[in-house]
This record gives sequence, C-alpha cells and structure tokens, in this order.
Amino acid sequence: MKRIKVLKNIASANDAIAAQNRGLLDRYNILAINLMSSPGAGKTSLLLGTIAHLRHQLRLAVIEGDIASKIDADRISKEGIPVVQINTGGSCSLEAHMITNALEKLPLKTIDLLFIENVGNLICPAGFSLGEHRKVVVSSIAEGDDKPAKYPIMFSLADAVVINKIDLLPLQEFDLAGFHKKVTGLNPRVTIFEVSCKSGHGIEAWCSWLLQQLQNHRKT
Amino acid sequence: MHELAITQNILDIAINEAKAAQASQITKIRLIIGELSGVVGECIQFYFDFLKKDSIAQNASIDFETVPAELHCRDCQTSFKLEDSSWACPCCRSTNLEITNGQSCFIESIEVE
Repeated sequence: MKRIKVLKNIASANDAIAAQNRGLLDRYNILAINLMSSPGAGKTSLLLGTIAHLRHQLRLAVIEGDIASKIDADRISKEGIPVVQINTGGSCSLEAHMITNALEKLPLKTIDLLFIENVGNLICPAGFSLGEHRKVVVSSIAEGDDKPAKYPIMFSLADAVVINKIDLLPLQEFDLAGFHKKVTGLNPRVTIFEVSCKSGHGIEAWCSWLLQQLQNHRKT
Repeated sequence: MHELAITQNILDIAINEAKAAQASQITKIRLIIGELSGVVGECIQFYFDFLKKDSIAQNASIDFETVPAELHCRDCQTSFKLEDSSWACPCCRSTNLEITNGQSCFIESIEVE
C-alpha cells in the first residue's frame, strides 16, 4: 500500500477549462460578467434594463443558463442582442465547458461586454468558475434579508451585489442597513447597488460601474 | 445534482494520480469537505459507489473529513468557529468577518496498490 498526497481541489478540472475561457475572452478584449441569483430575483430583468441603457455605447452579448426552456434567450433575442441559450438538463449550475461551447456560437470579434446568466441557485454556481472576470449576485427584497447569512460563500465571492425590487421595500419587512452590513462584513471590497428594474431606479449607477469595470479591464 | 459531476471529478483526479504513480488499484480516497463548500458527503458516497464500477477504483472506499467553518473578526481580531447562523463575532458581535476555513472541498490523499 502506498499513500499519495493529492491536495487537489475537486473543481480543479473545471478551473482549468475556465482559465482557457478567460484566455479566449481576453484575446478578444471582452469583459465577462457571471450573473448569479436565486430563481426569480430578476437577473433577466436586470439584463433587459442594462441592455436598454448600454446598447448604444457598448456591443453586448448574453449567454443564458437554465435547466430547461429558452424563455430567457427569447426575451433577450427580441432586443436584437446576440444570445446563446444553454440548457443544463438538470444540472444546478453552469460549468466552464458549457461556456466553451457557447463561446463558439458568439461573434466574439464584435462583443465588448458579455453577460453569463447562471442557473437560478445561490449555492452551486459559487463552486464553478466559468472564466468570467467579475461575479455579480442579484438578491431581491422579496427574498428577505437573510440571504447573505444563509449563502455566505456566494456573497463573499461577489464583486458586486445588486439588491433588486427595491420598490418593494415599503411592503416588506427587510432590514436594508443590516443587509448592507452583513454583505460588506463578509466581503469588504464589494460594491452594492439598490435597483428597481421596474422603475429603472439605480440602473444608471449599475451601468456606470459596468463601464468602469470594462475600462479597468482593458487597462490591464 | 452537482454532486454527480463533483464525484466524477473526484474519481478522475484520483485515477489520474494513481496512473501517474503506476498503481494498479486505488484502495482509499481521502476527501476533505469544508462545511461551507455546499458538498454533501452522503451524496458523494452514493454516486461514488455507482461511478467507481469497472475502474481501478472499484474496490476503493472514500473517507470524509468535514472541516468546520472558521471566521476571523476584522474588528477585534478574534478567530472562531461558526457555531450558529448569526454570523457575528462572539466577542464583539461585529459582522465584519473573513471566512478563513471551510469553503473548499479537496482530495487530501489516495491510497494505492
């Protein structure tokens, strides 16, 4: 019997593919955003609001991840934005190799900013890097203020957190200051946006952040 | 569902390591599971018993060690293990906390013949 030290993260195979994806995106000067949230927090609505705001300044594209259906891709496609739908067929998260395939179907030469909308889930997507440059978590007022305490890893990895459906605040018991405190406690470098995709509140600040990230990315 | 993909990864990593060491079979895989990693040992065990068939790991057992979540308070510098879901420092009640352990899941070692 022989014991072999391994010390390899179980996600190491995925991480290697993610690094290849990032290399490809970098060659085309594309900034990729991995958008994660629980189902119904408003990822697609945020994308539609973002598209409306940025479409004349930037060339956008979207990869949609869902267990089944192409409802989200159809919503994006109506806007005339290049979109690829991935159906994971039961898998609870996008994985790097799925993105590799999706990138082959996108016009990479004519994209500045690529959004990858992950499967609605606050647990599994945290474990799979896709090759993105920024991770964004969307959390909505309707979900309650306990999400950072229940899904700390997701919130600790985020570059930005979008608190969506902020217009519901008067209708809901939601400790907004406590939510901010919990998230920045776990993750001091995070930027938090309060947004209502319905009214458009906060979309401008969120889009300015995206533009800034793209600028920073292209300098490096 | 993602435990199936994870278990396949575990098996792939173990088999690659064993082959690199020119071993003929794997007898044990030692897996370290962080409390916050989201990985469920029971599910891994279930899929492992299924996936290992007809591989050099078919007689292997899998040992789990769970590593508790450890946090460090950035305000009073206390390091502590997460005992409840309050996510507050037991000394100063601050929520300005860094997760220092328990996020990852990795293969510590394998035993081969």
